[in-house]
Amino acid sequence: MANIQTSASAREMGDTKKFKLFATIVGGLFSLIALIPIILIVIASFTDEKTLLANGYSFFPQKWSIDAYTYMAQQWSTIGRAYMISTVVTLIGTVVSVLITTMIAYPMSRKNFRYRNILSFFVFFTMLFNGGVVPSYMMWTQIFNIKNTIWALILPNYLCGAFNIFLVRNYYTGSIPDALIESAQIDGASELTIFFKIILPLAIPTVATISLFTALVYWNDWVNALYYIQKPQYYGIQNLLIRIMNNIQYLKSGAASVAVGTGSVDLPGTAVRMSMAVIGILPIVIIYPFVQKYFVKGVVVGAVKG
Amino acid sequence: MEKKKSKVKVKYAKSGPLLLIAAPGILYLLINNYIPMFGIFLAFKNFSYKKGIFGSEWSGFDNFQFLFRTKDALIMTRNTILYNLAFIILGIVFAIFIAILLNALGDSLRTKFYQSAMLLPNLMSWVVIAYMVYAFLNADSGFINNSVIKAFGGKSVAWYMESKFWPFILTFVYLWKNMGYQSIIYLASIAGIDKSIYEAASLDGATKVQQIFRVTLPMLKPTVIIMTLMAVGRIFFSDFGLFYQVPMNSGALYSVTQTIDTYVYRGLMELNDVGMSAAAGLFQSVLGFIVVVSANALVRKVDSDNALF
Repeated sequence: MANIQTSASAREMGDTKKFKLFATIVGGLFSLIALIPIILIVIASFTDEKTLLANGYSFFPQKWSIDAYTYMAQQWSTIGRAYMISTVVTLIGTVVSVLITTMIAYPMSRKNFRYRNILSFFVFFTMLFNGGVVPSYMMWTQIFNIKNTIWALILPNYLCGAFNIFLVRNYYTGSIPDALIESAQIDGASELTIFFKIILPLAIPTVATISLFTALVYWNDWVNALYYIQKPQYYGIQNLLIRIMNNIQYLKSGAASVAVGTGSVDLPGTAVRMSMAVIGILPIVIIYPFVQKYFVKGVVVGAVKG
Repeated sequence: MEKKKSKVKVKYAKSGPLLLIAAPGILYLLINNYIPMFGIFLAFKNFSYKKGIFGSEWSGFDNFQFLFRTKDALIMTRNTILYNLAFIILGIVFAIFIAILLNALGDSLRTKFYQSAMLLPNLMSWVVIAYMVYAFLNADSGFINNSVIKAFGGKSVAWYMESKFWPFILTFVYLWKNMGYQSIIYLASIAGIDKSIYEAASLDGATKVQQIFRVTLPMLKPTVIIMTLMAVGRIFFSDFGLFYQVPMNSGALYSVTQTIDTYVYRGLMELNDVGMSAAAGLFQSVLGFIVVVSANALVRKVDSDNALF
């Protein structure tokens, strides 16, 4: 009996080792596939423009260059502006979104709130049915007149959504005891005080999660501007990238009007585009290691039940 | 329990202050989500910007008749559904595969690195992803044409003009962006499986591979069913960025890249055919509603705990 068990566990150990090796290799391969396109555009952004045009994109360029980045530094008025807009929109959008999301979720978590179920259904129904793009576009442009304003980048679609509301609601009901609220009420605290002084501080982990989700949505959004912005001065970094991909001439004409006669005939084209994509993802890559755990947590919790 | 409930009446809190706290959110949802729901009447109008939303003439079902008389309606609906089916099936297979791999590696630095790497594409915008795809596929200097095909002595391919490749390219790009993300959910499910089941299985002489097929996969069944039905509920919706941005809006590819969402955008913003675009949008919303409600009814039958409502 003892013999059988030891041989079984020995086999089990060999088995586990083999499977771990397999997982290491295949997992490594998948990770490589995930990273390679990102690596390629980073390398392309550091490739000499002529080399790029002659040999194409390559992981091992013959000639490296930082021209694209120096060029971008010279053109910072255009790129910096877009960067600024993306930053401001992301900040405002995220702060406002987190505030109204955590607020509407609070009454939904209170068992003794009379309209709790009605409110929950009101929020939930937005997940089941939507009016579609055309009515929404007509409302924002014909009634609220947000076309070509900064509001067009913040207001439509992303400010407060059912998914995040339920995420926060579930966090409240799961980790904030009713007794805490009751005792605060006995002490004479108003609902607003309870929310801002007790509930919100306790909900920091979920606030971190939805802040992250929302900030990513705003930073990566290009759809709102596609619909509502025609003036390039309101473009954030994503829409500047689209515009440049459509027409590299844009930067060149900008350069022509700013610095006439500098003799810069061979403007870096492709490498510049790639370097701009790189600075577009730079903030994400920088904060990613610090926020990954909130992201993973949010995905797991969100998937469990909406 | 129920008796207690009926005897002790719930003492409600004052509604005023709580409603006040909810007010900004309610107001936003009313504007952003509910007003457009009433705006679906635009699909029954012959809209002109001059006459405005309310001034435009009613046209009955004309917009729908025109829409379904064209080939577009069939193509975009077919594309939307078929891509979604491919994404759902392949998505599950790859996500579970990755989750099993990561689970096998345990709580190690390696696991963390792998998960971080595979999650990273999910954080990128479609615009940047389109740049990456372009770096590989562009005809003149793309990596595939210049480094791969040349090395094998093949002929350059004008990728953005050849529609036959794009079902594969788009599926690959979708998987590339979403796999790490979806595997998180399955990894959490696997972590929740009782370890003693594996111990019992290994005592009975089950190999690692047998354990995966006999324990892990059967235990994942509820998660798979829920995730699938949730995805099926959105089968008439497509990721606009994937189908619009990644193919660079190339007209030569429309036959395989046009989905309901790209059609609605093009109708509204490029062709200025507001009525037709609104009709396609309403078609999508109504079918979407029917499908999501049916999917939920199915979930409730399978596993009432996981039903959305």
